[in-house]
Amino acid sequence: MYSRAYKSFVSLPPLVWVGLFLLLPYTLMLAHSFWVVRDGFIVHEWNLQNYRTLATNPVYVQVLLRSMRIAASVTLCSLLLGYPLAYYLSFYAGARKEILYQLVIVPLWISYLVRGYAWKTILGSDGVLNGFLQYLHLTNAPVGFLLYSPFAVILMLTHIYTPFVFLPIYAALEHIPRPLVEASQDLGASPFKTFLRVILPLSLPGLLAGATFAFVLSLGDFLAPLLVGGASGTMIANIVQSLFGAAYDWPLGAAISVCILLITVTLLFFTERLAKRWAFR
Amino acid sequence: MSATPTTATMRSSASATRRAPLLAAYAWLVFAFIYLPIIVLIVYSFNRDGVGGFPPHHLTLDWYRQLFGDGAIWTSVLNSLIVAACSVALSLTLGLPAALALDRANFPGKSLFRRLVLLPLILPGIITGLSLLMFAVCAGAHLSLLTVFLGHGTALISVATTELFAGLQKMDRAQEEASLDLGATPLQTFWRVTLPNLKLSLIAAGLLIFTLSMDEIAVTFFLIGRDNTLPLEIWGRLRRGITPEINAISTLIFAASVILIVIWFQLRTRAQRKAL
Repeated sequence: MYSRAYKSFVSLPPLVWVGLFLLLPYTLMLAHSFWVVRDGFIVHEWNLQNYRTLATNPVYVQVLLRSMRIAASVTLCSLLLGYPLAYYLSFYAGARKEILYQLVIVPLWISYLVRGYAWKTILGSDGVLNGFLQYLHLTNAPVGFLLYSPFAVILMLTHIYTPFVFLPIYAALEHIPRPLVEASQDLGASPFKTFLRVILPLSLPGLLAGATFAFVLSLGDFLAPLLVGGASGTMIANIVQSLFGAAYDWPLGAAISVCILLITVTLLFFTERLAKRWAFR
Repeated sequence: MSATPTTATMRSSASATRRAPLLAAYAWLVFAFIYLPIIVLIVYSFNRDGVGGFPPHHLTLDWYRQLFGDGAIWTSVLNSLIVAACSVALSLTLGLPAALALDRANFPGKSLFRRLVLLPLILPGIITGLSLLMFAVCAGAHLSLLTVFLGHGTALISVATTELFAGLQKMDRAQEEASLDLGATPLQTFWRVTLPNLKLSLIAAGLLIFTLSMDEIAVTFFLIGRDNTLPLEIWGRLRRGITPEINAISTLIFAASVILIVIWFQLRTRAQRKAL
């Protein structure tokens, strides 16, 4: 029903724009990863040296593995907090459902930075938590290990991604036809068995979407480590950031970025396929 | 996002709201975890002795007074507002045709285009930010609020496209067909039928893009010139140490966000009532 002119009129501007301002920059990133820096200048000489450096220098692999561990912990913690919350809201909250849902959404509107900052003020050695512990006389001297550790990074990122993980799980739970749940109970399954055999499998696509999101965004985070991570909480994106800053080795930084991008895209590819297979038919 | 209750869910929740005290307690603990930092933040914005220590005492508005006299912060707020408003305009202008194209046109590379548009939403911000930085440097652009705005506007086309595409999918195409059959030009049909039908999606997308742009830091970090946006201004101060002024500005932003949410919620319920 739409004319050819209409179709090209709506397709062309976004195509051109996205090609110029997204595809070209991402391609430029890829191109940089095959170039090198010589005497402080980026030389357009195609080679695999950056990737060789990444594979042979153990520091990069180590930090990448640490980042993946941190991201996995964040994902797990967010699921452990977000799933039961979504389950409670969807199945047990009754009339309060809508208002509680809004209560989960509200923190999403609070700046990422501000939430990280809040954790910093809580965990610091002269922070609120230490003040509280000393007020209760549980400790006499401030506890120092809370801030500037991988623990603090995991805590802060879990706090940020729990609502994000909650959302798709809640949506999936809300779409489960209630007669299925009732049928399972009528046929004598215990609530636990109903959950395990009916509810959990049907909510897996939502769970997967939330988990992927939390994992990918935590993996590439560089602000949380700077804010609360300290030296032991340094993540792969911090290395990239320093390579683009003081260290001035854009090609090597680009190569690491390409690796992060590849991990992300591979993960998305597999979760998409899994979600399709698990989707409720 | 908006899970409308089906008749099935309404029936079951009306017939029996079952009880699970342990689960309920756990859910409230999760809520406590989510809200603890926010409450601490707000409380300590009124604490005369600054951030830290327990319990807070000597309530004061000094930090707010100091905040209102702080020119640098308000300049950055203004910068953020300008960038956010322009980003909304840019990403809606490009997101609307993109959504129309995905909904109605077939062209080579359509699935690649769909994925590419969504990429900034899915990828860690640092990758998009650095890609745009390299692009800006290669294009010889001077880093400024203009590059930040182009970055935000481009990255957030993803949000505009997703929201508007969802709106188009729900729309009844028969109305457009009728309009075209009755002799309206495609342009008239677009203005009088398509656009009014998308009003709610446009507002929703606009609000979302606005808040996301106001809060954006990972992309901004690499594209910023001499003028700071609010998050970058806060970031700069955080590097120098903790000051309760940041609690005060955060509390104000929080209050503004809650007001925005309430407005948005009112709009939505009114629209839903109209739809019924």
